[in-house]
Amino acid sequence: MDTDLPRGAAGYLVAVPVAALCCLLPLLPLPAPLAGPHWLGDPVDWPKVGLLAFLHGCWESLAQGLPSPCLRLVRLLLRRPRPHGRPPARPDVNSFFPVLFAGVLMLPPAAAALVAAPAALLGAAEPTCRRRQVWNGSQLALSAFAASVVFHRLAGPQLLLGSRFPAALLPGCAALAAFCLVNGVLVGAMRLLADGPRRPSAHRPPAHRRAAAVPGLPVLVHAAGGLMVAVLWQGPYGAFAALLALLPLSISAWVFAQGHRERDAHQATVQALVQAVEIKDAYTRGHSERVGRASVLIAGQLGMEAERLRTLRYAGVLHDVGKLGVATELLRRNGPLTEAERRAVEVHPVHGYELVRGIAFLGEAHAGILHHHERMDGRGYPSGLAGEQIPEFARIISVADAFDSMTSTRSYRRGRPVTEAVAELERCSGSQFDPVMVRALVDALAVHDWQPVLPPPETIRAVPDIPLGVPEPVRAAPRGVPAQGGGSVPTAGPS
Amino acid sequence: MSARRGAGPTAGAGRGGEPEGCAGVVCAVHGAALALLAASLGAVAVRGLSAPGVALAFILLIALGECVRITLPGDREQAPIGAAGALAYALLGPLRGLPTGHGVLQVVAVTGAGLLLALLPGALAPALGPWHGVRRRARAPWRERARRDGAARRLLGAAFAAAVFQPLYNSGVVDRFSADGPAYGAFLTAVAALAALCDAVLAAVLRRARSGLRFPAGLEDELRSLFGIGSAIAATGMLVSLAAGEVGLWALPLFCAPLLLAQVSFRRAAAVRATTGQTIASLAKATEVAGYTPPGHARRVADTACAVGRELGLGTRELALLEYAALMHDVGQLSLVEPVPGGATALLPDEEQQRIARLGSEVIRRTGVPRQVAEQVARLADPHPGPEGGGRAVPLAARIIRVANAHDDLLTAARGRGLGEAVGRLEVLEALRLGRGRLYDPRVVDALVRVRG
Repeated sequence: MDTDLPRGAAGYLVAVPVAALCCLLPLLPLPAPLAGPHWLGDPVDWPKVGLLAFLHGCWESLAQGLPSPCLRLVRLLLRRPRPHGRPPARPDVNSFFPVLFAGVLMLPPAAAALVAAPAALLGAAEPTCRRRQVWNGSQLALSAFAASVVFHRLAGPQLLLGSRFPAALLPGCAALAAFCLVNGVLVGAMRLLADGPRRPSAHRPPAHRRAAAVPGLPVLVHAAGGLMVAVLWQGPYGAFAALLALLPLSISAWVFAQGHRERDAHQATVQALVQAVEIKDAYTRGHSERVGRASVLIAGQLGMEAERLRTLRYAGVLHDVGKLGVATELLRRNGPLTEAERRAVEVHPVHGYELVRGIAFLGEAHAGILHHHERMDGRGYPSGLAGEQIPEFARIISVADAFDSMTSTRSYRRGRPVTEAVAELERCSGSQFDPVMVRALVDALAVHDWQPVLPPPETIRAVPDIPLGVPEPVRAAPRGVPAQGGGSVPTAGPS
Repeated sequence: MSARRGAGPTAGAGRGGEPEGCAGVVCAVHGAALALLAASLGAVAVRGLSAPGVALAFILLIALGECVRITLPGDREQAPIGAAGALAYALLGPLRGLPTGHGVLQVVAVTGAGLLLALLPGALAPALGPWHGVRRRARAPWRERARRDGAARRLLGAAFAAAVFQPLYNSGVVDRFSADGPAYGAFLTAVAALAALCDAVLAAVLRRARSGLRFPAGLEDELRSLFGIGSAIAATGMLVSLAAGEVGLWALPLFCAPLLLAQVSFRRAAAVRATTGQTIASLAKATEVAGYTPPGHARRVADTACAVGRELGLGTRELALLEYAALMHDVGQLSLVEPVPGGATALLPDEEQQRIARLGSEVIRRTGVPRQVAEQVARLADPHPGPEGGGRAVPLAARIIRVANAHDDLLTAARGRGLGEAVGRLEVLEALRLGRGRLYDPRVVDALVRVRG
């Protein structure tokens, strides 16, 4: 959560914790019983609440891949230095709540709400994170309260104590539904207030996709885990058996968070590979990233499924990685290249393919990287494929690449406005580009905004404004045919 | 348990030798497992199976668990559900409130039967291959070393747990001292912990023999994984045996489900880790494609460095970091406009080497690998005794990579001069020995001589 929030969001940030505190009211020793159902003021098994709250605190941080409070305590006692602060694996997802759900099933509503509290107080110490954590804890407390109320209304505790099994599942499911509903509404409102009903931009996934990621299989599995914990806790071995059941679940959640961390690490490694290219050719900084984004925009219009989109993004980001194999001097040269030099530059898709061939999961991206300089009329390189022979990924990347090259400023020319670049793409569609992909890009640009990168003002003055669109290739289709068009800078086209 | 007593001292004696020298240990472990299995199968055949239904359920669970194995870092195979099932059967006291009477030998026989049953699909695969298109595993499963080692470990581990628990339970000692509740739980925990330790020792011994990883390093790996998947296995085993006492055999599928979930998470994390490894290998290859280093240089340096690191007693985690650092040690050259002639950084002046190392560590800092890797590469070019005036000591990994890099550069140079392979090797080792103590860490050079000499 940023410090500069809209006013509504700031108010909301305070209102939710206050509401959560109100939920805890029945816990106070009041002389007169509260109005409402009798179970609201049921006596509370304090050791159980304490243990559950402690476990929730521990496992919440475990599931985020952070050291648990116990480990932090041990470190403090042993006076070991704190390891450098690792960010939570997924700060916006509460990934582990079997303990909380077990509390919902076993405790009266107010006590169930209390279980969520310590995780909010024991978490990371950074002040910006602190507010988020308090809010998160309160939000969970409210959800737990609501779920527990629903569970008690449906006489869940009696059914659970009697282990009457198919019957006890109904209140359990209802409680889960209430939990997810309250949670979803609270979080959704926060997002709406913080972000505003803003136009979906190219930088963020659309809201419906993010919302769809919240419930799902993990929630069901964790709820089943919570039910298991609750049943075992009330069995003859009590908390011991419940702990044994929690252990595999928490290990699983921890490994899951590790997997997320590994995935982030992997993305950073891919970035490093890209940056290695950008060291050589400073003017293309950010180009790879933007080509990846534009490729995803195009493919999104075509309705490609999520897994292929992910691969395509990698393909777009890595498309120029083969430039590592091209002499730095050639890449930075503004003037014309000789025949041999041009050939050396044109080898780069092959180099790129060589480089990423070992990365197994890229699959289709390999072909996309190898063929991203092919042309629809068959006069591209390295293989001279034409039309449908060119892999789909390569056709997408080729359009995205040209579009970004035209809209961004390079050493030898100024970036062009989006409309002009689109006109140029449409002019070459059919000969150089796949018309389907060009159409898709135009449609996507109508929905998402595309900010052409503006270089710092001092470079603008230094950069000559050479009008230079997508050049015709210097080499024509059958070898030996004289070069045509192209202007003075053959490498300046889509690269 | 004779196998454990036999294996311990042998492993201690075999520490200095080559991995081949430890083949006896592996034979001893496998032989003990086979002998134990044969004896218990024989005994069960003579005495008859007590509670055959329960035994069958556990055989199926163990076999199923053996079929879905996971690979932990460092090429260690683990079958969490199979191990948990075997542990649960070994710790099975009452079942639905009625006492059970299967002894130690039946536990071994059931575990063994489960393990053997799990071999069946693999054995049938070649026959069914034409239909299923199974062409991946051409070898019979019992020919895979990791599979055999894992099976032997699990059999002996289950036998150990049963040997501690079953006699105490069957003689009624457990009932007298801890009839129910927390005391029984504590007793089970103690037995499970002992069994886990036994398994860790056995695994470390086998890895020492197989991969040449030092025994303490291997044991540390195993103990570390006890806090991860190991504790989940033990907890599931105990829980299944406890819950079976109350609800009967339904406990098996019900309480193994979370472990299955953990297993899926493990697989996923392992897949991403493998992908990161491949990406790092690509980054390492970048210098070769760009013409800065000879083809295969990074890979060869990484292999040499890992062999030396293993010889010096590094653990799996440290070896993984060492491998990353060794693969990427030349990445700094990408920032150079002109390639170093022949890519041989070891032959450059010190300042230049240090500059390349620092540039490389800048690139690595931006990758997602642990920070130690960048630190190791940054200190790569520091000569052995470290900076004057008591700066921080050069990390061992950096000293190892320095020697491994020099080894490969010199070897390439020797080949370039047309020296014969054997002569070249000797000359290179001699050159490294000359720099021993001055440029290179003597311990590392000695280890390299032992590994590559």
